[in-house]
Amino acid sequence: MLSINNLQASINGEPILKGINLEVKAGEVHAIMGPNGSGKSTLASVLAGREEYEVTGGTATFKGKDLLDLAPEDRAREGVFLAFQYPIEIPGVSSTNFLKTAINQVREYRGQAPLDAVSFLKIVKEKMKLVEIDQSLLNRSLNEGFSGGEKKRNEIFQMAMLEPTLSILDETDSGLDIDALRIVANGVNKLKRPDNATIVVTHYQRLLDYIVPDFVHVLYKGRIVKSGTKELALELEERGYDWIKEEADNIKA
Amino acid sequence: MSTTTDIKSSFISQYREFEKSLNGSAKGPLHQLRKEAMGIFEETGFPHAKNEEYKYSNIGKALEKQLAGQAITQASSLDAAGVQPFLFDELEANQLVFINGQYRPELSSLISNNSEVVIKELSEAYQEQPELVANALSKEANPATDAFLALNTAFVQHGIFLHVPDKAVVSQPIVLHFISDSSRGTTTSQPRNLFLIGKSAQISVVEAFHSVGEQSSFTNIVTTIDVKENAQVDYFKLQTEQDNSLQVNTTQVQQEANSRFTATTITLGGGLVRNNLNIAQNASNIESNMFGLYFLHGKQHVDNHTVVDHRKPHCQSNELYKGIMDDASTGVFNGKIFVRQEAQKTNAFQSNKNILLSDNATINTKPQLEIWADDVKCSHGATTGQIDEEQVFYLRARGISEESARAMLLYAFAADIIDQISIEPLKARFLKFLSDKLQTQI
Ligand SMILES: Nc1ncnc2c1ncn2[C@@H]1O[C@H](COP(=O)(O)OP(=O)(O)OP(=O)(O)O)[C@@H](O)[C@H]1O
Ligand SMILES: [Mg+2]
Repeated sequence: MLSINNLQASINGEPILKGINLEVKAGEVHAIMGPNGSGKSTLASVLAGREEYEVTGGTATFKGKDLLDLAPEDRAREGVFLAFQYPIEIPGVSSTNFLKTAINQVREYRGQAPLDAVSFLKIVKEKMKLVEIDQSLLNRSLNEGFSGGEKKRNEIFQMAMLEPTLSILDETDSGLDIDALRIVANGVNKLKRPDNATIVVTHYQRLLDYIVPDFVHVLYKGRIVKSGTKELALELEERGYDWIKEEADNIKA
Repeated sequence: MSTTTDIKSSFISQYREFEKSLNGSAKGPLHQLRKEAMGIFEETGFPHAKNEEYKYSNIGKALEKQLAGQAITQASSLDAAGVQPFLFDELEANQLVFINGQYRPELSSLISNNSEVVIKELSEAYQEQPELVANALSKEANPATDAFLALNTAFVQHGIFLHVPDKAVVSQPIVLHFISDSSRGTTTSQPRNLFLIGKSAQISVVEAFHSVGEQSSFTNIVTTIDVKENAQVDYFKLQTEQDNSLQVNTTQVQQEANSRFTATTITLGGGLVRNNLNIAQNASNIESNMFGLYFLHGKQHVDNHTVVDHRKPHCQSNELYKGIMDDASTGVFNGKIFVRQEAQKTNAFQSNKNILLSDNATINTKPQLEIWADDVKCSHGATTGQIDEEQVFYLRARGISEESARAMLLYAFAADIIDQISIEPLKARFLKFLSDKLQTQI
């Protein structure tokens, strides 16, 4: 589904991603972990098409298409979804109007008729239940004045509405209380299908108890320096990153 | 010879013609006012480029360019069908139509009860109560303070006289449509409105400015509003004229104790627009609100000057103007707040926020606070920026096109001003104008 090859990217001339290789197949869950500042969000942003980042080398192919060649909206329409680490507030844009516009533009791209108001509201109700989000939040401007946890929950709600094939969750667990973590993780699990895939960026093993990954990767200084199965996450939880940093720095030296 | 000499003399000769046409009615207190005002105009002419109040808007020069040497006509062949698209039919309201400054009763509809509100053409009101009308006209607006006020006063004849008796609550809004039709030639009009709002009365008034035709048009309108004790007035201005229209729009408001006045000025069209909104707070516990929105394209030039004069203690004023400037358009905002020595415990808030969509667009914004009292709360701020690219990206990342994303964000920025309108069909109509403008813009 997603095939990343030697991907390099920089911002303001500063190289951040220094050759990422990653293969994600339909039905899989990949976890990406790694110390602060290692480039996890940068990778997510580059995949979603944030324009401040300059791709300086490598490729990313999504369902056979050159992902890096597509405008951000077209990536979304092709089925890529990024749940932001820090969702921003957009005062004045109503949550409902935003969702409706998004869904109908995605549908148009896929050659589907726009949803009428009734079917739209029906889907909204259904998905609201899935992530247990409150109607009052949706009556407000997009993310405006939402608490940290509410914003994260709203990201997963949007994901549920848009039904992406590849979801990238950037630290969706941070800022969630214990109950919300379980609810959000359950939501993600319920949305899991054999034909979609998920990349979860996280610092904590706890999320991976709920969303069980098939693979765990450690990103360090812009490279994936170690990959393994879910046991790797447990080991990191116990030992921290020092041993991995040492290994990686030694190899380079 | 200054550049505006020709246009000045053409208004002077227009005045002589006008005076002749008045025949027998060129007597009495009203004509005295006209003559005095014309005297002032003849002496001062249009504001000079160095005039601080008109520093960014040389209206005399623009008039010279568009009107000089043109034969001026009031003629129009607009009929009911031609006027129809301008009317706010979804609104249960009194709708009064002016074409090129002439009141057109056959195109207007009045639905409010006479006990709630007296609505009359100004000249008719003057015939019935000459002293009252002439006194009100001279009291509310001193022609010596502004050239356009002087010019309007010199030509004072038509307009709307509104009188809301004490305690009357006018349930249907009054909508005044001023249509400039230059299809039959260059046209000028100088309407004068006089609103007397009685104690504890309530009313909503809308002034909508439209234009059609290929030639230039110039509207120089003055509205004076007297807001008595405890009265509540909502006053809206919607300006959607074509690019070949010029307009100077002056509103003079006098507020008495415990009254509330809210002005909402929305400017989407017009080649050159200058709005003067002057509010005087004459007693205590007064609330004055000034909201504005201007969204400009091409070479549009829109200048909003506001003054709120806090003369007495325990009053407040709230001001928020928002602007979007595209292409090579120019916005001007000047907000003056005077707090007199007696006006202790004044609360005055002012904000002007702008988005520039193009490198060639300009905004000149200037808050001007003059405070003589010591126990007051005043704040002001002005911002100028671009669309937030982080927000654009967020929307695009959800599958929304860049174009739609920008339109949504601009709409959000601007709709904020319109959203506070409590008359739903009016709000819907204004929002429609805004989204139409966005669609043609982006
Ligand atoms: N706009 C920017 N300008 C300069 N440097 C940047 C910019 N954005 C990111 N960086 C740098 O790129 C590096 C990678 O940042 P990134 O946000 O991808 O890290 P991360 O792995 O997601 O970290 P965290 O775990 O803290 O979320 C950091 O050193 C960061 O400071
Ligand atoms: Mg991050």
